[in-house]
Amino acid sequence: MRYTDLLDFAWSVLRGSRSRTALILLAMGIGVAAVVIVSSLGEGARRYVLDQFGSLGTNLLIVLPGRSETSGGAPGFIVGKTPRAITIDDALALGRSRAVRKIAPLIVGTGDVRWNAKIREVPVLGSTAEMLEVRHMELSQGIFLPPGDPHHSQPVCVIGAKVRRELFGAQAALGEWLRIGDRRFRVVGILASQGQSLGFDTDEVVIVPVASAQALFNTEALFRVLVEAKSREQVQHAKDDVLEILKARHEGERDVTVITQDAVLATFDRILRALTLAVGGIAAISLGVAGILIMNVMLISVTQRRAEIGLLKAVGATSAQVKAIFFTEAAILALGGGAVGLAVGKAGQLFIGQLYPTIPFSPPWWAVVAAPLTAVVTAVLFSVAPARRAAALDPVMALSRR
Amino acid sequence: MIRLTDIERKFRVGDETVHALRGVSLDIAAGEYLSIMGPSGSGKSSLLNVLGLLDRPNAGRYELDGRDVTGLTDDELAQVRREKIGFVFQFFHLVPRLTAEQNIELPMMLAGIDPLERRRRLDRLLTEYGLESRARHRPDQLSGGQCQRVAIARAMSMEPGVILADEPTGNLDRHTGQEVMALLEALHAGGGTLVVVTHDAELGNRARRRIRIVDGAIVADARD
Repeated sequence: MRYTDLLDFAWSVLRGSRSRTALILLAMGIGVAAVVIVSSLGEGARRYVLDQFGSLGTNLLIVLPGRSETSGGAPGFIVGKTPRAITIDDALALGRSRAVRKIAPLIVGTGDVRWNAKIREVPVLGSTAEMLEVRHMELSQGIFLPPGDPHHSQPVCVIGAKVRRELFGAQAALGEWLRIGDRRFRVVGILASQGQSLGFDTDEVVIVPVASAQALFNTEALFRVLVEAKSREQVQHAKDDVLEILKARHEGERDVTVITQDAVLATFDRILRALTLAVGGIAAISLGVAGILIMNVMLISVTQRRAEIGLLKAVGATSAQVKAIFFTEAAILALGGGAVGLAVGKAGQLFIGQLYPTIPFSPPWWAVVAAPLTAVVTAVLFSVAPARRAAALDPVMALSRR
Repeated sequence: MIRLTDIERKFRVGDETVHALRGVSLDIAAGEYLSIMGPSGSGKSSLLNVLGLLDRPNAGRYELDGRDVTGLTDDELAQVRREKIGFVFQFFHLVPRLTAEQNIELPMMLAGIDPLERRRRLDRLLTEYGLESRARHRPDQLSGGQCQRVAIARAMSMEPGVILADEPTGNLDRHTGQEVMALLEALHAGGGTLVVVTHDAELGNRARRRIRIVDGAIVADARD
C-alpha cells in the first residue's frame, strides 16, 4: 500500500466523521496549547528575572562587609553586625588587582530631598564617577558625578527620572540646587528611565559623591563595593584578588563576602527553569488525557467499522496494513491537534503578552518541540491497542453480521 | 485449480462442538461454473470461507493453483486472496463513506498498484459494469443492483482466477438478481472460475456443476 493511499484512506475516515475528528483535535489542541502557554509563562518569568540581574552587568562582583557562607541570599540586610567596615581606601585598594577594570564604592541611605517647598523622601546613593559604567546606567541629560578623589566631594548630584518629575515638574532641573538633609547639591545630571536594578528603582534615587554621603549619613563604612572584572572569564580571578587584598588590609581576617553575578544568575536560572519544567509537565498531563481519548474513540471506531475491516482483510489487507491504517489516522489527528494547539498557544501567549507587556513571554524551544511530539507519540502509543484489535479481527466473523 | 482433500472444520459453541465440514474433498477445474447448495446451517458458508481462505480448516489439505495453501500465515493468505480470489457478498459490503469508484479501487490500493494503472483499470471496469455516471456516488446513493455491480467490479479489479459469490442475489429483487447473475455468468464465459453459494434451487440450477451439501458433507455432485 502506498503512503499517499494510506493518507487518502485515513483522510476519508476523518472526513467521514467530522464531529469526532473535531472533538479529538480540540482535546489534543487544548493539551498542546496548555503546555505552550504555561511554559511560556514560566520562561517569561525566568527571562524577566535574568534580564533584571543581567542589567547589572555580568562581570559585576559585589563586595559586602561581613562573612556570609551562603551566597545569593539577601546578604547584608539580615547579616546585622559587621565585624569591620569596608572603607574608601579598602575599595581603592581593590583597583590594584589586574583582573579588575573598575570599582565603585556605594553607600545607601534615605534622605529628605527638598527643592523650593517640595520634599520627597528618596534613597540616596553615594558613589563615584565609575558607578555609571559599572552599573551600566544611562543619562538622559547632563553629566554624571565628576571623576576625582573620592575622599573629597563636590556639591553635585544626579537624580532619577521620577525624582525630577516629582520635584521639578515641567521646569528645568539641571543647574538647580537641591537640599538633602542639611547640605546643598547642584543637579548636574538626570538618569534615563531604566526601571528596577539591584533592588532600587533607579528612577527614584538621588546619587551624590561618596564623601558627601559619608558626611550625610555620618558613617565611614561602605555599604557595598561594586567591582567590575575585566571579562567574564576574569570574574573568579577578581574575586580571589578582592578577598586576598581585603584580608591583607583587615589584619589577615577574611571578613567580607563577594557575590558574583554569575552565582546569583545561575541560581535563579536553575530555580525558574525547574519551575517552568514542572508546570509544563503538569500541563503535559492533559496530553496524556487526550491520548486516552484517542484510544477510546479508536476502540469505538474499530467496533463500528468491523464490517469494513473484515472486508479490507477479505480483499487482501494484511494485519500490518490494517494497523497502518489506524496508526495513520491517529497520527493525522495528533499532528492536526498539535498544529491547532501551537496556533492557540501562540495566540494565548500573545494575548497574555498584551496584558503584561514588560514580561518577555515566549515559549521555550523545547516546549514547542516537545508538546506536539508528545501529542503524536501518545496518540500513536494509545492507538496500539485499537489497531491490534482491528488487525486481529476475524474476517469471517466481521463479515457475517450485516 | 482448486483441490480440497478431507477438509474438516469444527467450531466450539459453548460446550458443544459443531462439525461444520466433515471430510470434504472437492476438485474444481479452472473455468468451471459451480454452485454449492444446501439448507441453512448445512456448512455451505463454512465451505465458502475455506475456499476463500478467510477461514482455516482444522484438518485436510487445500491446494490452489498447485500450491499448498493450508499452512500459510495470515499475511500470506491475505496476499493470495488479493491476487487470486474475488468475493461477492450478499450484503455487498461496500465501505459507506467511499464512492463507488473508491470502493472498486480498494483491492488495487491495498496491492500498491500504480495510480495510473489503477485509473486505467477503473475506467474499464466502470464502463463494463455501466457505472460511469455513478462513479462518484456513495453506496447510500446507489440502488441494490448498482451496489452489487460495484461489488463485482471490485472483485474483478485484481483480475482473479476465482470468483466466490455468497448469495449474490439474496438481497435483490428478482429482476435485478437476474441482471447480476448475468454479469457473473459473463465472467465465467470469459474464462473465470465461478463458485456461487445459495440456498435458492433456481439460482443453483443455472450452474453446470451443482454440489449439494448437508450437515457438512457433500451428498451430491451433479454435472450437465
